[in-house]
Amino acid sequence: MATHPYEVEALIGKEYAAGFYTDLEADTLPPGLDEEVIRHISSKKNEPEWLCEWRLSAYRHWLTQKEPRWATVVHPPIDYQGISYYSAPKTKKDGPKSLDEVDPKLLETYEKLGIPLHERAILAGVAVDAVFDSVSVATTFKERLAEAGVIFCSFSEAVRNHPDLVRRYLGSVVPAGDNFFAALNSAVFTDGSFCYVPKGVRCPMELSTYFRINAANTGQFERTLIIADEGSHVSYLEGCTAPMRDENQLHAAVVELVALDNARIKYSTVQNWYPGDENGKGGIYNFVTKRGECRGHNSKISWTQIETGSAITWKYPSCVLRGDNSSGEFYSVALTNHYQQADTGTKMVHLGRNTRSTIISKGISAGRGRNAYRGLVRIAKSAANARNYTQCDSLLMSDRCAAHTFPYIEVKNPSARVEHEATTSKISEDQLFYCRQRGIAAEDAINMIVNGFCKEVFKELPMEFAVEAQKLLSVSLAGAVG
Amino acid sequence: MLTISNLHVCIDGKPILRGIDLEVGPGEVHAIMGPNGSGKSTLAHVLAGRDAYEVTQGTVVYDGADLLAMPPEDRARRGIFLAFQYPVEIPGVNNAYFLKAALNAGRRYRGLTEFDAVEFLSLVREKMKLVHLDEALLKRSVNEGFSGGEKKRNEVFQMAVLEPRLAILDETDSGLDIDALKIVAEGVNRLRGGDRSIIVVTHYQRLLNHVLPDAVHVLSEGRIIRSGQRDLALELEERGYDWLRPNALA
Amino acid sequence: MAAAERAGMTGTMASHYAEEFARAEGGLVGADSGWFKAARRRALTHFGRIGFPTPKEEEWKYTSVAPIESRSFRLAGHPRNGLDVAELDRLRLIEAHELVFVNGYYSAQLSRLASLPAAVSVAPLSEALPDSLQEHMERQAEQPGNGFAALNAALLSDGVHIRVGSGVTLKTTLHLLFISTAPDGPTASFPRVFIEAGANSRVLIIEHYAGLTPEEYFTDALTEINVGPGATVEHYKWQMEGARGYHIGQMLVHQQRESRVTSYSVSLGAALARDDIAVSLAGEGAGASLNGLYMAKGRQHVDHHTSIDHQQPHTTSAEYYKGVLAGHARGVFDGKVVVREGAQKADAELTNKNLLLSEHAEMDTKPELQIYADDVKCSHGATVGQLDEDALFYLRSRGIEYSQATALLTYAFADDVVARIAIEPMRHAIERHLTAYLPRAALDMELL
Repeated sequence: MATHPYEVEALIGKEYAAGFYTDLEADTLPPGLDEEVIRHISSKKNEPEWLCEWRLSAYRHWLTQKEPRWATVVHPPIDYQGISYYSAPKTKKDGPKSLDEVDPKLLETYEKLGIPLHERAILAGVAVDAVFDSVSVATTFKERLAEAGVIFCSFSEAVRNHPDLVRRYLGSVVPAGDNFFAALNSAVFTDGSFCYVPKGVRCPMELSTYFRINAANTGQFERTLIIADEGSHVSYLEGCTAPMRDENQLHAAVVELVALDNARIKYSTVQNWYPGDENGKGGIYNFVTKRGECRGHNSKISWTQIETGSAITWKYPSCVLRGDNSSGEFYSVALTNHYQQADTGTKMVHLGRNTRSTIISKGISAGRGRNAYRGLVRIAKSAANARNYTQCDSLLMSDRCAAHTFPYIEVKNPSARVEHEATTSKISEDQLFYCRQRGIAAEDAINMIVNGFCKEVFKELPMEFAVEAQKLLSVSLAGAVG
Repeated sequence: MLTISNLHVCIDGKPILRGIDLEVGPGEVHAIMGPNGSGKSTLAHVLAGRDAYEVTQGTVVYDGADLLAMPPEDRARRGIFLAFQYPVEIPGVNNAYFLKAALNAGRRYRGLTEFDAVEFLSLVREKMKLVHLDEALLKRSVNEGFSGGEKKRNEVFQMAVLEPRLAILDETDSGLDIDALKIVAEGVNRLRGGDRSIIVVTHYQRLLNHVLPDAVHVLSEGRIIRSGQRDLALELEERGYDWLRPNALA
Repeated sequence: MAAAERAGMTGTMASHYAEEFARAEGGLVGADSGWFKAARRRALTHFGRIGFPTPKEEEWKYTSVAPIESRSFRLAGHPRNGLDVAELDRLRLIEAHELVFVNGYYSAQLSRLASLPAAVSVAPLSEALPDSLQEHMERQAEQPGNGFAALNAALLSDGVHIRVGSGVTLKTTLHLLFISTAPDGPTASFPRVFIEAGANSRVLIIEHYAGLTPEEYFTDALTEINVGPGATVEHYKWQMEGARGYHIGQMLVHQQRESRVTSYSVSLGAALARDDIAVSLAGEGAGASLNGLYMAKGRQHVDHHTSIDHQQPHTTSAEYYKGVLAGHARGVFDGKVVVREGAQKADAELTNKNLLLSEHAEMDTKPELQIYADDVKCSHGATVGQLDEDALFYLRSRGIEYSQATALLTYAFADDVVARIAIEPMRHAIERHLTAYLPRAALDMELL
């Protein structure tokens, strides 16, 4: 933008606010990965034998796989032996029984991040599972949820208390060897959230997990499993932050969603892992496998993601539309500034009859950011009357950024109707001048226009997160205009 | 209120305005007329602070301050309003939200308390009646999908809400049918009065049948070649612009 | 396919074509030219290394060339055997310079080349090898692209070099007719077309591929067009290969400043057809418009790939491809648009629309944008679906029966592209093909 760039930059020189480090004693495994390490993680968590075996078979599979190279992202080789695969804040044996037993430093950390865990300050209407490095430190509102029959707890706890459910669904959507990063996660995942909503239950509140990477030189490998039984509804949110560090850190999560007949799952992500500095130093490698299966008829899975953080984002939250009349949605805003890279999108695999999918993707590239939408819409022979609508828009904010669109459309049933549209635009001088002529400062005008660009996605977010997302966007664009 | 002295302006090195002198007093309505390409719109945009234009000579003093030194938003906040000839579309940005942001930016600048949603809406409802705009337009994106007439009425409506001290109407009458023209003119007339000055930039004098100017200036090839009263506009309508051109006189 | 097996297959293929090369080398174009022979050998070695592309490669994800790979096509020995001249005459265009190639070899006897303007040369490679080609072909032998391009470089049977001098407008259409007759069982031909359009020149060229045989054969064609500053090239590719023909065609276009290229690629024939167009908009203000129509039925497989590289500011591209697929046919479209850093004010638009007419027809489409500049206007859209139900209902409510309504609407869908074809005989022939493809529409042809 030719309009007083220095001035705009100075005015919005905001910084990554979640970049602090919490100094506490941690129980951390030395770097390295082999079967011993996996057995160690499994035994630390007192896991049953079958789960340890499952991990080991995933690990053996991983050894045969290669890191995917097809994405547009570039990074130096990752030394998988240089990462510590387990780090947990030290607590009394068996973990805290209640919030009172949680290390006050941890509570303070979440408070600083705007996620108070104490009952008195707790976020109204939102149950939070707080995951700190490799373990879940607290889950709020457990009792109230239990009254409704909803199970919401850390993954480790689910393995202890609901082994049958875990065994039945774990790996049923994302098989252990699905891809390189999913296999790695299956071998070494440490914690995450588990949710089961029983038949006919509408979950009485928003569920949410707040992921925090704290320790240095560790990877975070969490696993989330959400099962919505017949006729149930659940809305789940996740947020993520990490300290500012010069080294890159790996985050390879797996999320599996299962929606049975008439069930609905809404999964929202506000991803704000540390993006690295303005020279591209440091930041999280966010290599995540997220997939939901609409297993039952009339079921619906909706993904909404706001991706503003991470040095590299590689994720494709997908829907397998197996049940007849099931539907999948993907709403995404991905912003890359400075040297950030994002290769993100979705897969909509239509298997059932009358299945529907909607894809709305908004990519914003600033600085030297690279932003790619990569998506697959597959209409199988069995998917009579399938419908898909895809809209991919890119907003370009600098002459050194990159924006790519790679949609794959595969149609094997003639009754399908698939539409894909993509556009690119920039903030025009005319728009900017119009706003300024009305007295609106340039940086406010830019934020306003960018938020307008993302509006279709923001409206899918629960209210308080939509506000959060808008703020995040304006912070992430700091210095983007030049 | 506004004093333009010897204003020279270039675009891409090409001179467009070549020495404009103009004095607009408080409460006055001035019409600037001229053929296509005479520099009318350039003058309007330069006053509003568009940065594609290079001022090579001259000064513009507004309320005792150097107008040309101010960024466009400060000019707006100090009460300069440009009704655009081609209002731009801003997808996804709600018209009401946009206007509230603009209104409060100005109020903040002037040290006034900001309007909350309730105050804003009651103000807006009152002003919409002025130009017969449908309230549904408030919820739509700025100018997106508006008809030509709706865009122009939206400009006058914004002017009514922002209550400028100096309004510049850039070809606000172009592309309007006679009914729409009357609505727009009526809206402008209702805003006339007190200290508020208005500059009406137009090619035809038909708007001036409804908005009666205190002075009429003819711009040609970047200079004001004739100034007069309202009857000058009528004469222009009858005789066109050619008789005023220097070569025609010669 | 296991890697070892695949390597084995590539090895077999490489040795098969190496044998063909050894057998035919003495009789190939440029056999007495040292540099040409050396370039052919380098290309053959390269082919031996890379072999044919596999579906593991992104560019060949949806198209398997195993049928071509598994057949041992031979270079045709006696090109004119079995040619039905009457059938050939039906393919001729009136008022055109016509160059006829049979099974890859130029036939002076069958060609009709009236006198050309002084600054225009149209030279079959078998008659003359312009010096200007040497450097170009040697460079190409180093980096010949994919296996098909390498094989063409190695086994090039014949071709034509067309040069239109600066400022010249060639008023008469150039009709390049490539006929396959497969006289000695499954044969392969490797034609090559070079076009050089000088500054501010204008030329219109039709590349026409036709099979006059029910036999299997393989055409591996390569066309290169260099468009000088301000020049205008209109290029039509009319692919009507035989039902058992395999057609792989590649066209590389290099455009200098303010040049214009309009291309029409119509794929109607062949069991398996692949058409690649790669355009480099290498000069400021260059513009390309690519249009395409593919219609397939039975077990036909048709694949169109386009790639437009906006390297300079103010370059424009517009693409419009439509496909109709019936029976068990499978269609593939891949349209890539790249806008390089600094190519500001680029304007690119791409549309691909597909109609599936039967239960077993399939379509894979992939429009793609790669943008490295900010002040650009790029968009693409792709659709796959059936005929518009409202339109069908409207026709039926007027008493038109379902099958006829379908045929009419399908005709209208395809004719949207056909109607843009300025060469009347070609347009009529394609319209006739369309009616044959849609028998029900035949009745109403007169009315359309």
